[in-house]
Amino acid sequence: MGNKTVSDFIVTENIKLNDTNYLLRLKAPDPLPIIRPGQFVNIEVKNTSEIFLRRPFSVFEMDYDKNILSVIIKILGRGSKKLTEVIAGDTISLIYPLGRHFTYPGKGERILAVGGGSGLAPMLFLAKESGLPAENVDLLIGARSASDHIDVNAYSQYGSLNFTSEDGTLGTKGFVTHHPLFTDNLKNYDKVYACGPEGMMKAVAREARKAGVNCEVSLENLMACGFGVCLCCIEPTVKGNLCVCTEGPVFNINELKWQI
Amino acid sequence: MADLRIDIHDLQLKNPVMLASGTCGYAEEINEFFDVSELGGIFLKGLTLHNRDGNLYPRMAETPSGMLNAVGLQNKGIDYFINNIYPRIKHYNTPLIINVNGSTVEDYIELTEKVNELDKIPAIELNISCPNVKEGGMAFGITCPGAEAVTREVRRVYDKTLIVKLSPNVTDVSEIAKAVEGQGADSVSLVNTFVGMAIDAEKRKPLLSTITGGLSGPAIKPIALRMVWQVAKAVKIPVVAMGGIMNATDAVEFILAGATAVQVGTALFKNPLIPLQIIEGLNGYLDRHRMDSVKELVGSLQV
Ligand SMILES: Cc1cc2nc3c(=O)[nH]c(=O)nc-3n(C[C@H](O)[C@H](O)[C@H](O)COP(=O)(O)O)c2cc1C
Ligand code: FES
Repeated sequence: MGNKTVSDFIVTENIKLNDTNYLLRLKAPDPLPIIRPGQFVNIEVKNTSEIFLRRPFSVFEMDYDKNILSVIIKILGRGSKKLTEVIAGDTISLIYPLGRHFTYPGKGERILAVGGGSGLAPMLFLAKESGLPAENVDLLIGARSASDHIDVNAYSQYGSLNFTSEDGTLGTKGFVTHHPLFTDNLKNYDKVYACGPEGMMKAVAREARKAGVNCEVSLENLMACGFGVCLCCIEPTVKGNLCVCTEGPVFNINELKWQI
Repeated sequence: MADLRIDIHDLQLKNPVMLASGTCGYAEEINEFFDVSELGGIFLKGLTLHNRDGNLYPRMAETPSGMLNAVGLQNKGIDYFINNIYPRIKHYNTPLIINVNGSTVEDYIELTEKVNELDKIPAIELNISCPNVKEGGMAFGITCPGAEAVTREVRRVYDKTLIVKLSPNVTDVSEIAKAVEGQGADSVSLVNTFVGMAIDAEKRKPLLSTITGGLSGPAIKPIALRMVWQVAKAVKIPVVAMGGIMNATDAVEFILAGATAVQVGTALFKNPLIPLQIIEGLNGYLDRHRMDSVKELVGSLQV
């Protein structure tokens, strides 16, 4: 008994990062358990009759000293929109810790972490937690346009920062897989990680497979419960239909039945 | 502190708050949050004779005050359950009830015979009301002859408490309830989900892979309440009620309407601690109304 919790957190900060991304810092009532990159929390959306279910968010930062857990909310629909309206002092209910984390890289390995859209938070968290020297970590962040990117300069201490935008307003023009990190030297990495829109993750997975590089992705299937009871979030895998919320959200691409 | 103990036929419950099948896994997942032995009972995820992969993704659509699901009874089959899951959960100090499913009467019988051998399973819930499978399931539950046939045959091979789970997708649910009572059901439970549908207008596509699915949650509560009331008046066997129960007041309403016990389902997705809050709230309600036992509350609606 007793590894998962439902608790009311206090919003300590709600910071607007750009038009569609908000950073929420949430203070836990009790000491937080260890939560690793790729794991998530299921957040209740209050004060609305339209939104019935919670919304899952990858954890972005853990501050065990202050007992604060942070998430980045990207507005994708009505539920996430509503969550960006909370203010400091509000209480907000979380179910945590949920899901499995990314496999940590081994000592001295080289990794590429690719994030796009709502998938940015766990990639930044991973870069920070990887335990590797910054020169072994490449972060690649894709977005539609410069204005969709958020400021991640603070992460240059954990790895090199690389960008793509579809309109060419920031970094390489095109999708993440058009970046030289993919086209020139993907084989140099020991591990490639990706989180973001499905199309992006599939493109990353295809290139990683071609290059023969180990690759993990974090899926964002629709969820009802988030803790393995409803079987709504399933993903077909080589081991049958698995729950993304308990057996994932992180999967090695070799486990998935993606046509790539 | 009122006495919350109550019986459903031979099943002795420490309180009338149970978990609904398909919304609490095989109990272990809920035990991650609190000690499930505090509950009145647990209806485990629906089992079939053989492995079922269930329906394709997407299987869920959120609706105002509820959700549609089209899981399609994904489970690894009874043998897997007996060998791998049962040994891990059988020590839980609360009745574990198996939700029995089949495509044919023979399936139901064969599965029930296997369940009958399990010491720590004191009852079954015969599911003749799943709207999400192509064969069997709800097809048995929407006609009196169908419901009678499965109940009769299963009754022959099962000697513990037999609860039959009814479908609300019928014209008169009390007719079906009377039919299964006549074939030896010890109790009826209702409601299963209502067949519903959701569409993505922009994409001009259904939101579920199966197009239609089962609606649950507070959206269905008033209809479920009406059906429980009708059935409780029509039969003598105990009625187990569910459908959108989110708090103690909802549970009290169903018990007033005639339910002996309740199941909490979709509410668990919102907050898995809700059943504990309901137990506490029910206690408070009985104290406030100066009742010594929850039994006094059953069917005490004043009309
Ligand atoms: C995701 C999901 C899966 C379900 N699976 C089953 C099942 O396997 N067997 C069954 O008898 N009922 C199943 N049900 C129906 C519930 O047990 C319950 O009858 C229904 O949801 C109404 O109660 P509620 O509104 O409290 O959820 C399922 C419901 C949901 C939402
Ligand atoms: S979201 Fe319910 S099982 Fe994964």
